[in-house]
Formats: sequence, C-alpha cells, structure tokens
Amino acid sequence: MSRALKGGLFKGLLLLSLLVGFLMLAALLVDVFKDGLPYLDLTLLTNPPSSDPAIAGARPAILATIYIGILLLLFVVPIGVGTAVYLEEYADKTRWYNKLLEINIQNLAAVPSIVYGILGLAFLVRGIGLGRVLLAGAMILTLLVLPTVIIAAREAIRSVPDSIRQGGYALGATRWQVVSRQVLPAAIPGIATGSILALSRAIGETAPLIMIGAVTYISFDPTILGPFTALPIQIYSFLRLPQAEFKLLAAASIIVLLAILLTLNAFAIFIRNRYRRSW
Amino acid sequence: MPQLRAKRRRIGEDVIKGVLAVCALISVATTVGIVVALFVPAFEFFQEISIVDFLTGKDWSPLFEPAHFGVLPLIGGTLLVTAIASAVAMPFGLGAAIYLSEYASPRLRGILKPAFETLAGIPTIVFGYFALTFMTPLLRDLGIQVDIFNTLSAGLVMGVMLMPTVASLSEDAMGAVPCDLRDGAYALGSTKVQVATRIVVPAAVSGIVASFVLAISRAVGETMIVLVAMGQQPNLTFDPREAAEAMTAFIAATGAGDVPTGSIEYKTIFAVGATLFVLTLVMNVFAIRLVRKYREVYE
Repeated sequence: MSRALKGGLFKGLLLLSLLVGFLMLAALLVDVFKDGLPYLDLTLLTNPPSSDPAIAGARPAILATIYIGILLLLFVVPIGVGTAVYLEEYADKTRWYNKLLEINIQNLAAVPSIVYGILGLAFLVRGIGLGRVLLAGAMILTLLVLPTVIIAAREAIRSVPDSIRQGGYALGATRWQVVSRQVLPAAIPGIATGSILALSRAIGETAPLIMIGAVTYISFDPTILGPFTALPIQIYSFLRLPQAEFKLLAAASIIVLLAILLTLNAFAIFIRNRYRRSW
Repeated sequence: MPQLRAKRRRIGEDVIKGVLAVCALISVATTVGIVVALFVPAFEFFQEISIVDFLTGKDWSPLFEPAHFGVLPLIGGTLLVTAIASAVAMPFGLGAAIYLSEYASPRLRGILKPAFETLAGIPTIVFGYFALTFMTPLLRDLGIQVDIFNTLSAGLVMGVMLMPTVASLSEDAMGAVPCDLRDGAYALGSTKVQVATRIVVPAAVSGIVASFVLAISRAVGETMIVLVAMGQQPNLTFDPREAAEAMTAFIAATGAGDVPTGSIEYKTIFAVGATLFVLTLVMNVFAIRLVRKYREVYE
C-alpha cells in the first residue's frame, strides 16, 4: 500500500472515532426530543406525578432539585474554598499529614457515586436517624462534589501571582487580610466556575439519591426535612412504570434536566471568559 | 533596631487557621466514614457468611428462602458490561485523542475537544434511557435478538459515555510529548502515521494506560445505565444478549427498598459495596500513579 493511501486511511479511522461520539450524541438528543417534546408543557412543570400520564407532572421533583442545588452551594462552597485556602496558603506541604490530605482528595474524586449513597444510607438516614429527607441528599451530594470544588478552587488560588501577596505583606497585612482581601477576590472567577460545574454534576446524579431518597411516590412540594424525590429520580421512576406514556414523560423530564444543566454550564463558561484575567 | 516580629500573637489569625483546617478535615472524615460505613457491616456479614462462599458461590439470591450469597453472578455481570464498554471506549477514545493531538489544528481542537466532552457531562440516567429506548430497539432492528434488558446495549452505551474520559486524558498525555521527538522522527523520513503510532503513542503510553484504567474503574462503579438497561436479575452468563445484574445495580435496588437495618439482607449492601470499593480503589490508585509518572518525565 502506498504511503499516501495508508496515511489517508489512518486519518479516516481517527476521524471515524470522533464521528462515532458525535453521532451518538446526536442520536441521544434526537431520541430524547422526539419522545419528549410532545409532553413538554406546563402540566409537566406544575403538576405532581399521577397514575394518569395525561395529567402527571414533575413539579415536586423539579422543586426538590432546586432546593438541593441551593443547599449544596451553601455547603460546598465554604467547605471547598476553606480547604483550598488551607492547602494553598497555610499548610506546610512537607508535612506528612498535608501530603496525605492531598492524596486523600485525589482518591475521593474517583470513588463511585453509589458508594457515597451507601455512606449516606448508613450514617445519615439510618445511623443518626435523619431519615430519607432532602437535607440528607444535599449533604451527601456535597461530599460527592467536594473534591471537584477543592481542586478548582486550589487552581484558582494558585494562579494568583505571589507578587500580590507580597505587596499585601509589605503593607503590614496579616495572612488572613492578604487571603481575604487580595487572593480570594482575585480567585473568584475560577472558584465560581468550578462551583457551578460541581453543581451541574450534582444535579444530574441519581445513584446516591436513590439510596437516600428511595424511589417513592411524592405528590406534595418538598421541604428540607421531609421526604423528597429529585428530577433524575423522577425520571427513573417514570422509566420503571409499565405504560409507554410514562417513558415519554421521562423523556420530557430529561429535556428539563438537560436544559437546567446546559444553562448552568453556559453560565460557567460565560463567567470564565468574562472575568478571565492574565497577570 | 526596628521590631520585625509582631509584638503579640494574633488570636484571630489562629482561629481562622483552625477553621480552615476543620474544612480540610471534612474530606478526611469522608474517607474514614466511607471505610467505617462499608467495612463494619461487611465484617459482620462475613461472620455469618463465609468469605470463601461469598467470593466463589455461583448463586446470588439473598432475598429468597433459602438464601444464597455467592457474589460471582454480580461480579460476572459487572465484568461483562465493563468489557463491552471498554471495547467501545478504548479504541474510539484513543482514536479521537490521536486525531485531536496530532491532526487537528489548535483552533479546531479548541472547538472539537469541548464538544466531545459534552458527552461526559450528560447525566448517567439519560444514558440509561438512551440504552433502553434507542440502543436495544436498534440492536433488534439489526437482527440481534436481545432481551428487553440486556448487557450488550448497556455496555455499548456505557462505552460511548466513557469515550471522552479516554480521549481527554490520552490527549493530555500526548500533548505532553515534546515536539523534539516528533521533529526527530520526521527528520529521519517518517510519515505522519509512523510518528503518531511509533513515537507519540509509545511516549505517552503511561498516560494512555491511566486513561484506560480510569475508564474501567468508572465502568465498574457506574450505576444508572446498568440499573435501567441491563436488568436486575443475577445471571452468571457470558451471553451479552441476556439480562443480568451488576454489583452497583444490586446495591441501588436493595438500598432503595425497605430492608430492615441490621438484617442480613441489609448487610449484603455493604458486603457488595466493600467489594466494589476495593476493586475501584486499586484501579484508581494505579491510574493516579501512572498519571504522576508521565507528568514527571517530560517536565
């Protein structure tokens, strides 16, 4: 075979690999929209689930997902940023316990999400008797995406040049004054981007919430300390029902979920591009 | 002599450092929590059921009388679906990575790479839906007689989901290969194919292997696709057209039910969970080490 032919064939195979991915993505979107669009209406957004597909909606699930998202941000941003500040600005990196901390965070990022679900079931739901409540779900998702936020916040803090810190110290500022008034404000775009991406990952998570929330029938609006069902779980519940119409409702709910995620990701990209700073 | 040290310790500064350290401790507590939550009940489980029977038994029916606790059908289900997913994700992911790293212009790469990675941002429940409502009917149309729930479509879709994982990490590793190596090969008269396959891929092999291992680890730990599309009946088979149950699907299905705390059925969640955790941890540690290694080589 000639070299040129071989080269062309090789390049064609590589392109095919990319193409398979894009084709599958397109097939997935077409599949979801074709099934779901007819059912995507106000009923879906305002009605609770019902045994009658014509009037069934996902309102409690959508509300619960919003509540979980707000709680998650309230928990994960302070803890994640606090950890990142500790590791980047305070910790002596030659100490064994600080090295262990870093390895620990790396490993946690790769633990399967269902394992976090087991943790939540054992400690929160049954251990301390919190029960199958929304707060337990938000707490477990916080732990799940905490490594993501820590890693993003550390990178944002690290990219603030040392000259800024030294300028602060030269003016007599304490360490915390330098961190809180110089470093963190400069790192906000990176931290915000990372937090939003973590939020969008958490909102799409299903497995840990199945362990905590169970797949129950919830027809009323959720409260923080009450039973709940989130949007991905609602999709799973719809999928398990035998009637074909519920599969279409699942598709419509998927469109809502994807729309939320797309909005969040677009927002994250916007912040990253708008506030990107080069030192 | 000017005084260079602060005259007094600032208590506020110490308190802040303490608060920050507590934040950092939460992730340590999470790890400890996971280990305790998994291994204490798992240990109790293995006092009632012999660990040898658990690991070698071919019958998994913990909720029936008489109950059997052989985990092989669940491990077999997980391995089969993982193998199918790997067979899709590895070649296509690597192919995409080579194209992005060696053929695409920086501008094109800047568009294609994030677009390809949107696949990784889609929730797994959506992939489960896709496997059930698109892949399974498609396979039937192609004349492959699959059950409604089957390992094949779950595995194929999982492979699609993992392609960006492989592509992204492999592309990073190939990007870290210094251009001197490529230029040297071109100077000796190599073609682009030879440079890609004999210089770049071997030089980036530890990163590529790491991406493979990470993809396998994610396939083993993936829950929703297998729960929705692969089925919930333990089945020790190598036939991917049949329904089977993966370890994660068993955990989710049992955890969602109302098994009483402390019962042997409840403890099976943790015995299977501990098995899953150990499996994925070993692979993750291995992958993280490999990634470190290739980073050190070329920097």
